[in-house]
Amino acid sequence: MTLGQIALRALIAGFIMSLVVITGFAYTTLLERRLLARLQARIGPNRAGYIPLPRKGKRERRLLGGIMQPAADAVKLFFKEDATPAMVDRVVYNLAPMLTVIPAILILAVIPWAGPILGYEEYFAIAPGIDVGILFILAITSIGVYGVVLAGWGSNSKYAILGGIRASAQMISYELSLALVILAPVMLAGSMNLNDIVVAQEGGWYVLFLPVAAIVFIIGVFAELQRAPFDLLEAEQELSSGYNVEYGGMRFGMFFMAEYMKMISFSAIAAVLFFGGYRGPFVDQFPALGLLYMFIKIVIGLIIMIWVRASLPRLRYDQLMGFGWKVLLPIAVLNFLITAVIIVLASEGIIAFPI
Amino acid sequence: MGQPVVFIALALVAILSAFGMLLSHNAVHAALFLVLNFITIGVFYIVLAAPFIAMVQITVYAGAIMVLFLFVIMLLGAERLEGAQNVPNTAWQRPLAVFLAAVLVLAFGYLIIQEAVSATGTALPPLDSSPQAIGELLFGSYIFPFEVTAVLLLVSMISLVVWKAQDKRG
Repeated sequence: MTLGQIALRALIAGFIMSLVVITGFAYTTLLERRLLARLQARIGPNRAGYIPLPRKGKRERRLLGGIMQPAADAVKLFFKEDATPAMVDRVVYNLAPMLTVIPAILILAVIPWAGPILGYEEYFAIAPGIDVGILFILAITSIGVYGVVLAGWGSNSKYAILGGIRASAQMISYELSLALVILAPVMLAGSMNLNDIVVAQEGGWYVLFLPVAAIVFIIGVFAELQRAPFDLLEAEQELSSGYNVEYGGMRFGMFFMAEYMKMISFSAIAAVLFFGGYRGPFVDQFPALGLLYMFIKIVIGLIIMIWVRASLPRLRYDQLMGFGWKVLLPIAVLNFLITAVIIVLASEGIIAFPI
Repeated sequence: MGQPVVFIALALVAILSAFGMLLSHNAVHAALFLVLNFITIGVFYIVLAAPFIAMVQITVYAGAIMVLFLFVIMLLGAERLEGAQNVPNTAWQRPLAVFLAAVLVLAFGYLIIQEAVSATGTALPPLDSSPQAIGELLFGSYIFPFEVTAVLLLVSMISLVVWKAQDKRG
């Protein structure tokens, strides 16, 4: 393939995967609202777009209640008045939502979605063959902080800037532990290429070998995504709603779009790093099954995130910082050290360890 | 082929963002221009087939350091630039800056012209830029500077903590 063909293929794959994930984002909001409602003994949005079935006895029967709710929400957000407060820094205020969404989309580039399908030689990803995939993810997430910080500062409002500062402090603190535990699967697989990490898990998912790393990773992801119980930056009781309080219309919607798209991509990354990625039964015979396994693993990840939100109360700010620096970071460093020592001992043949 | 086009486009973005950083009167805008500049330099590394350095450049400079810069600017409320000419004892800085800039431009110009005149055309052998190769270099032949850097960073961190602790007691 020539360079032009590779670029064109990446462009088409990127466009299609972005559309898929944006649709996924819309239905993740529906999943969250319905599931959260069920967990709180409510019903949730079940009116928009149901398919009426014929009456059976006295009960009216409905199918797929709420299936059009995301479309209704999107239309509402698009047609709301797009007001800009008078005292904001206009450039930064308008830039912030975009800087939140763009990294959320960029992360998708390196995730392996399936094995060799659709004419891809090794594996199906928007940009296959990137040797520094893990570093790419870390670089993009570190850029993602700007959206929230600039939204807080550009709004020129006390609540917004408090939310923005909380967000940046939190993301910087937890990114450290996150980066350190990501190194454990990288060391086991001996590669920073995400597909190599998936292939290396043929003998068993890394969550079995690295349970501590997996747990720290999941906690770090919750903090990185600012989901409950780490959603201090949008604590309604203290900050009205934090960094996005001055935004309205679709610009407000873009912050949520970024949050839910990051939920999807981090579920995918967790699946790739610790839960075998697109691998599963019969995937060698039918590589297209990989897409289905990825989908199932991502949905399970999303359900766990929503479940945690319904179960745990929000942390206090000093507890959050103390937990990040005094508990999570030492565990991550120790985990890194012990994993490295065990790998070296196993490769020298001193102890037996199934890698 | 397309490489000169990519290079010229990137160079334009890099130079314009550097000028934007120097000329903007708002410290937050200046910091954002600097972020753009750092990211462009990261892309330069990708064009030069050094993806590892590119990703580290973006993570460390554009990600970590500039977020801390923004943090400080916001917390101090130092966004607006007051007239710099009122600051006492800084009159000697401008001539010195012009002089140093002239020296830099002359040195660069000399090197570039010399390179163009001699033009020996001996291309360097392609380097292995994979993470493994960089790791082997860093922990092999460059282990001593690497460790010295680590100790330096640790010393600066500890001294800050000690300073802060004394501040609290006094």
